[in-house]
Amino acid sequence: MRWVAAAVQTALFVAAAPLLAGWIKRVKCHMQNRAAPSLLQPYRDLAKLFRKEIVLAENASWLFRTAPYVVFGAFVLAAAVVPLVAVHLPTAAIADVIVLVGFFALARFFQALAGLDIGTAFGGMGSSREMTVASLAEPAMLMAVFTLAMVASTTNLSVAIEHNLDAGLVLRPSFLFALLGLAMVAIAETGRIPVDNPATHLELTMLHEAMVLEYSGRHLALVEWAGQIKLMIYAVLIANIFFPWGIAQDFAPLALGVGMVAVAAKLAALGIALVVWETVIAKMRLFRVPQFLGFAFLLALLGMLTQVILETG
Amino acid sequence: MNLAQLSLYDQAVVVSASLVLLTSFIMLAQARIVPLIYAFAWQGALLALVTALVAYVSGHPHLYVSALLTLGLKALLIPWMLHRLAVRLKIHHEIEAITNPSLMLLAGAALVIFSYYVSLPIVHLSTLVTRNTIGVSVAIVLLGMLLMVSRSKAVAQVVGFMSIENGLFFAAVVATYGMPMVVELGIAFDVLVAAVIFGVFFFQMRESIDSLDVDRLNRLSETAEPTEGGR
Repeated sequence: MRWVAAAVQTALFVAAAPLLAGWIKRVKCHMQNRAAPSLLQPYRDLAKLFRKEIVLAENASWLFRTAPYVVFGAFVLAAAVVPLVAVHLPTAAIADVIVLVGFFALARFFQALAGLDIGTAFGGMGSSREMTVASLAEPAMLMAVFTLAMVASTTNLSVAIEHNLDAGLVLRPSFLFALLGLAMVAIAETGRIPVDNPATHLELTMLHEAMVLEYSGRHLALVEWAGQIKLMIYAVLIANIFFPWGIAQDFAPLALGVGMVAVAAKLAALGIALVVWETVIAKMRLFRVPQFLGFAFLLALLGMLTQVILETG
Repeated sequence: MNLAQLSLYDQAVVVSASLVLLTSFIMLAQARIVPLIYAFAWQGALLALVTALVAYVSGHPHLYVSALLTLGLKALLIPWMLHRLAVRLKIHHEIEAITNPSLMLLAGAALVIFSYYVSLPIVHLSTLVTRNTIGVSVAIVLLGMLLMVSRSKAVAQVVGFMSIENGLFFAAVVATYGMPMVVELGIAFDVLVAAVIFGVFFFQMRESIDSLDVDRLNRLSETAEPTEGGR
């Protein structure tokens, strides 16, 4: 029963990821006075790409062909670790937050290799930029995660979320800092606006797009879907760790229903917040990204320091 | 001390104390003059909020007066004066090149750890609810000093100086529930007068060295000597 619930939740996670992307795009269009596409447009795009023929470069190796599957698989596994609707899932008991960061690193490694594999200038440039951003974002992410681990005395996500839920409303400065740091990391890692603009193909600024430029058909669909899952994972992490209200603590149908509605509402609100942020802020120069991520690291570090100084000291 | 056992107002004191610390870091990272002044104004406003919260938690009504004074002077009047000066001196669009900003921020984090260790014995002696924030107030003082040391523009240095004063005031509020009213009023007027004098000082500097870059003061005296000798 518990394993079935875990599988269903993971499937729901993977299936809902394009919906979140569609929601963000729709709200953004409304915000900028443009005609908005349907909420289901990302599904249609994915279906179209899955039907299309794959065009491979002549010198593409097995790595280029397997990378989309590895990336997609890593993100599906990562999604299995994150509690979406309910805690106490067996998948969450096996893996903790550090494993989650490891899955991200695995996917990124293969994507960067695939970008290099074809040998085009853009692919190599994109890989190099992606690794630069990742090497700065990962310590900040880990530091934010350690803050959470120190508060809850565990690195297991499910246990930590339940700890926060049981503690009730506690105003923790360390969570405030960790939230800000994690949000900045999420923006950098998912390629949102101040760091990267996934809607354009401009060689001066593109990070993620440059790596996947050579993909087509089914491969591109998998890579795009993986990107949407990644955005969803970060959004769910932020929503469920820092605002854990409503998440189901048992598998009763009522609790699961409440958990579903709660997480949908939280994700919708987060999507709106992201859109507002993306609308008011301008894309920054690539050379300022290390500064941005340095500030994210500082915030995560301050989260840990305030935990020691103000909360336990 | 466990945070979850405190009342919600005590937790709010701790959270806003950490926000005051955050504004110190934002000032350290901010290269533009006008956002720097705004960050300083936010620090003043948060300081007033902390003072009001401490007044409510501890039941010391005279702290409300301090909070109002802080709000009026440090969150509104002085930032407004600094902003007006920046506009009149036409430096409100200038960007200062901070050398190695990430290193500066990490140095700031190191200062926070340092001030935590320095204030640890005092924290153990105190019985107040707000005792944990003493380390934070020392850190705000040291961060203000770091801001003064790392910048060469006079306006940024003045903001650093004012934020040192903010840190001292914060230390007084959280460590002893505020200074006597006479002392507080005296300091408030001192700060106000200092802000006015700094304004005059900016114009004098502008007259004599044609810039607000303090480093230029050095260079001028060095180059002046050879021309004297050449005559």
